Amino acid sequence: MSCPINSKAELAKLSPEKAEELDVYLTSLPLTDDRERNRGFLIQSLHKAQEIFTYLPSVVQVHVANRLGLHLAEVYGVISFYSYFTDKPVGRYKINICTGTACFVKGADKLVEEFQRYLGIKLGETGTDGKFSLTGLRCVGACSMAPVVMVNDRVYGNVTTKMVPEIISDCK
Amino acid sequence: MINLTINNLPVQVSEGQTVLDAAHKLGIDIPTLCHLKSTGGCHVESKTGSCRVCVVEIDGRPNLAPSCCTPATEGMKIITSSLRVINARRTMLDLLLSDHPKDCLTCEKSGDCQLQDLAAKLGLHRIKYKGEMSKHEIDVSSESIVRDPNKCIMCRRCETACNVVQTVGVLSGVGRGFEAVVGPADLRPLSETKCTFCGQCVAACPTGALTEVDHTYKCWNAINSGKTVVVQTAPAVRVALGEAFGMEPGSVTTGKMVTALRMMGFSKVFDTDFSADLTIMEETTEFIERLKSGKNLPILTSCCPGWVKFFEHQFQDLMHIPSTCKSPQQMFGAIAKTYYAKKIGVKAEDMIVVSVMPCLAKKYESARDEFNASGTRDVDIVISTRELASMIKEAGIAFDHLEESQYDDPLGESTGAGVIFGATGGVLEAALRTAADWVTGKDLQEIDFTAVRGLDGIKEATVKVGDLEVKAAISSGLGNARKLLEKIRKGEAQYHIIEIMACPGGCLNGGGQPYTGGRCDEILAKRMEAIYRDDKNAKIRKSHQNPSIKKLYEEFLGKPGSELSHKLLHTHYHGRRNV
Repeated sequence: MSCPINSKAELAKLSPEKAEELDVYLTSLPLTDDRERNRGFLIQSLHKAQEIFTYLPSVVQVHVANRLGLHLAEVYGVISFYSYFTDKPVGRYKINICTGTACFVKGADKLVEEFQRYLGIKLGETGTDGKFSLTGLRCVGACSMAPVVMVNDRVYGNVTTKMVPEIISDCK
Repeated sequence: MINLTINNLPVQVSEGQTVLDAAHKLGIDIPTLCHLKSTGGCHVESKTGSCRVCVVEIDGRPNLAPSCCTPATEGMKIITSSLRVINARRTMLDLLLSDHPKDCLTCEKSGDCQLQDLAAKLGLHRIKYKGEMSKHEIDVSSESIVRDPNKCIMCRRCETACNVVQTVGVLSGVGRGFEAVVGPADLRPLSETKCTFCGQCVAACPTGALTEVDHTYKCWNAINSGKTVVVQTAPAVRVALGEAFGMEPGSVTTGKMVTALRMMGFSKVFDTDFSADLTIMEETTEFIERLKSGKNLPILTSCCPGWVKFFEHQFQDLMHIPSTCKSPQQMFGAIAKTYYAKKIGVKAEDMIVVSVMPCLAKKYESARDEFNASGTRDVDIVISTRELASMIKEAGIAFDHLEESQYDDPLGESTGAGVIFGATGGVLEAALRTAADWVTGKDLQEIDFTAVRGLDGIKEATVKVGDLEVKAAISSGLGNARKLLEKIRKGEAQYHIIEIMACPGGCLNGGGQPYTGGRCDEILAKRMEAIYRDDKNAKIRKSHQNPSIKKLYEEFLGKPGSELSHKLLHTHYHGRRNV
């Protein structure tokens, strides 16, 4: 699809180890010359890339697009569609407040306010020290524990505004 | 075959055809918006079914079905105009309009807008739903295309044109829900992308969301500036301009167009066909040199700025094989502002060169940094066929009643070889006419290379040039170009010469031509037929026999490929980022 621009070299400027890790993963996929087939591997490739780089800056998108034989616009279209993917840097601790129906009914909006106040950042932002990001997400499937807050992979259930300082102090 | 009934009328269609196809067969007009059938050798059908304007009732199904993407099946009973269908279509349109600007009066697309037409057709005189309106920035970053996402109805036709037909890959749906918009990655400006400015997205857009950058006012200003303003008209303009004035597609309007341009106030009316002949002199010389040396083959034509930008972004490893010749538009500018300016005793900076082109990429091309061989911009202003039509209307000129007149000398003299540049295969045929004569040293009479003609997306032919069997290929539409280039890259195909045009069908289907609506196939065939008719009727049909071209070499350039030719008529290419 694309001419042989060395997008891996560009990526390596960001981090040689991470570039290598992503490339090893992409090489392990059964990619072919058929871009329509390769398209089926796009979401999992982006998941992996975001796991490695914590976010999906343009150079990562370009490299994934090149390896899969897709256009950058197509890759960006997918990233912008799914709220899980982000092309902005995120903090080491991603605080995700579920704002799905059940959690919302149980007061997720108050949790959002409290986290915003406590961290001094708004929903969708990352603090200047790069430690915390605050985002809202839709249902995580743990409605019996509503309202739910996820910090990276850890799940907090039945969260009250009083628990906010405690959750933050868990992030060391 | 599949049998079904529509509005109680029986109809037969073949496997794979849709309910919409079946309705068309019966002469039933079902309104569509998002549906797009691409033509000109690029058989792509976009049936996203996103607008739901084409819904019909199917017996036995609880929901209405979009006819454009519902396959016809045996025994189907379809009703296309029940009250339920009519109400649903009106509601869909009403909802689309609720988030669409209401400035139809001043919209660029007014009169050619399919959304506007549909509102009239469905008799929608009042917009029931009022709600939030999308707010997006208008992208005016490029020389060629304006992107106004506020007018976008998310039909995704431009995406199909850009990604599937052209495989340029700039446009994609971005975001989701109400905020969703079609645009480039990061919603960056078009000027910072690999957009080729071919304008096929503009041709595909049913509304005013994608339009050309309007240079008509700039052009009126130039005409009234007191400077010497010369105009050149591209080959494909003359066979399409008449459509804008209700003339039959395929009318050759050259003489009327020349009269109109004189009436508008241009000092001299010249022909890009002249510089097409000049291009053949230079390109054929280059071709024969490469044939002899066996190096850098196949030679690729370089007349099309959309195609040039395409390979600069996406095929940098092949950048040594395109011809170094500038396009006829740029050759014209360089010669007008040097040779001709000197002849009439005008300084280059006191001359303004205007081009009328079937193309939107030509606007971008004229603004490329390197095109100032005359010491100033070689081509100052580029307007499309559509823009010329609107200027003629603005000037109150009754186009169809005009007397015919001739181009001015010397840059208005041309041959049949020049005019066929407007159709896919034409540049190659013109080059072969000259190459065959030059290689054999004869004035050959067999000059109709019909194997390279026609609207097919990829054509191949083996043509005798003297003792040589020249293997030629022609592609139109960048998706087809990509297929050819990938073969060359892998060493799977051996050609000597390849012509590539960005737009499917060549310039006659350029992004700046009058909109063809649903009659694209028929109109393109007629424009093409008109081009070859014009060639057939020409007194001289070989570029190297053009008396004004001979004189230009005698008086000024020396010979093809001379140092001065290289300075004025040749160029170099730049690798660009593939994003």
